[in-house]
Amino acid sequence: MLSLTHFLVLAGILFAISVLGIFLNRKNLIILLMAIELMLLAVNYNFIAFSHYLSDTAGQIFVFFILTVAAAESAIGLAILVVLFRKLDSINVEDLGSLKG
Amino acid sequence: MNWADLNLMPALPEMFLLGALSVILILDLFISDAKRGITYALSLLTLLVCAVTQVSTFEPFATVTLSGMFVDDPLSDIVKVAMYGVTALVLVYTRQYVKDRGLFKGEYFTLTLFALLGMNLMVSASNFVSLYMGLELLSLSLYSLIALQRESGRAIEAAMKYFVLGALASGLLLYGVSMVYGATGSLELAKVAQAIASGSANQTLLVFGLVFIVAGLAFKLGAVPFHMWVPDVYQGSSTAMTLMIGAAPKLAAFVFVIRILVQGLGEMVADWQGMLVILAVLSMAIGNLTAIAQTNLKRMLAYSTISHMGFLLLGLIAGNAEGYSAALFYVIVYVLTSLAGFGILLGLSRAGFECETLDDLKGLNGRNSWYALLMLLALFSMAGIPPLAGFYAKFAVIQAIVNVNLLWLAIVAVLMSLIGAFYYLRAVKVMYFDDVQDHSPITMSGDMKLVLSLNAVALLVLGAMPERLIAMCVEAMKQSLVVL
Repeated sequence: MLSLTHFLVLAGILFAISVLGIFLNRKNLIILLMAIELMLLAVNYNFIAFSHYLSDTAGQIFVFFILTVAAAESAIGLAILVVLFRKLDSINVEDLGSLKG
Repeated sequence: MNWADLNLMPALPEMFLLGALSVILILDLFISDAKRGITYALSLLTLLVCAVTQVSTFEPFATVTLSGMFVDDPLSDIVKVAMYGVTALVLVYTRQYVKDRGLFKGEYFTLTLFALLGMNLMVSASNFVSLYMGLELLSLSLYSLIALQRESGRAIEAAMKYFVLGALASGLLLYGVSMVYGATGSLELAKVAQAIASGSANQTLLVFGLVFIVAGLAFKLGAVPFHMWVPDVYQGSSTAMTLMIGAAPKLAAFVFVIRILVQGLGEMVADWQGMLVILAVLSMAIGNLTAIAQTNLKRMLAYSTISHMGFLLLGLIAGNAEGYSAALFYVIVYVLTSLAGFGILLGLSRAGFECETLDDLKGLNGRNSWYALLMLLALFSMAGIPPLAGFYAKFAVIQAIVNVNLLWLAIVAVLMSLIGAFYYLRAVKVMYFDDVQDHSPITMSGDMKLVLSLNAVALLVLGAMPERLIAMCVEAMKQSLVVL
């Protein structure tokens, strides 16, 4: 039988993977966007698990909002990425280094 | 659902803002580039009407409406009126600057107003759902505003960095919120506070969630060690967008923090106080020390912002109404000051020239002594030199922590503001005692000159008689924090 802890641990692992993906990834910006998406999905997982075990629908409704915002967010992220690619001819994280001080 | 019970009055300014914004969005399609001034005027008019509505529907108590999603209290009223004013100032200051760079387009105004709507929602939210929606509406508008300058590689890079770290911050915040939801079984701030007070919530889960929430909030405020995006974004964005990010969003972020930490998780004050102490000390130290090494003015002001956020946190650390109202006063004064400072930078920039390094300020006094004086007022206020408003702001937050017996923290704060005075005074020295390098005339439109002068003089007036505004802040905090 699956308990709440199982779900929380899975969400925690997903969240950790996504945070590592953001900080360790030095190659590709698209992987970065994927990591951000995964992070929001881990949060959704948490909300749904809690919502089920608390028998309260508010958490599930919040998930719909998060999903919608995540869609808008990735649209803007990809748009910035396209402009960046036109400018730099690269989507390599290491090429984002002109701002230093 | 009974429609007769639906009270929309508290959200009237927001609804008007959304309506006006949609009208401007459509209307702008039919306006030629030459007549873009109409969009500009309409945006300013919208802000004026919003401010008038806000003031005329003012009530000295909190009204919760829209099924507990939205709250209208004196705290939100005072901050919203300030935000309308700040946004209007930003539009006035940036008009010539964005015109020179081909950004004087409809998107600029609609995105600004969308960001304002998001901030209004952040300030007035009483549920984690509406808090999150407001935050994202603000953030998404700001990312696009920075990226609006498509030809500039630096601006795009800044937008990308801001986007990634902003999304990371939202993720951390949400992860924390999900834990708090799991522990308390509610997303409504008032019910969360009740559940924690009754002791029925799972303590481990709560503290775990709190850590993530504080990290997310620190990211949004730009407090060390979550500050790495601030200098890059401030420097990379065009100065107009830097001003946009550095002004009104700070006000909104402050109330956002108050809503979550004080109204939602107020019972856990002992837990978050310690974390905020670390953030505050690090922000003041690293912000001020790193600012000394900067030659780029925008980057220097970014580090100065980080240190100011440290001071702002002092007021929250005090953990009582006195501290919160001191912090509210601090953030209002800080925003006014940075408006004046960046306003001068915008005024000194012209088509094809960005005023952004210390050298660009050389001998400003010889070129135009009035602008040099205005910049001097702004820098002195940031440094906290009496009799300017910045002094009273620092004084109020430091007094608040002394009153809760955190003397060592007060000493650290004073030392750090002393170190901070060095780089502000260096900029003053460059303006007054160095030789002029750039002899091109400074052209600033009449309205901007007037508003900028008023803005800087306001710092002096607020410094001479801060009692009224402080009393207003205290009153607003008292009336707003009692009910929830």
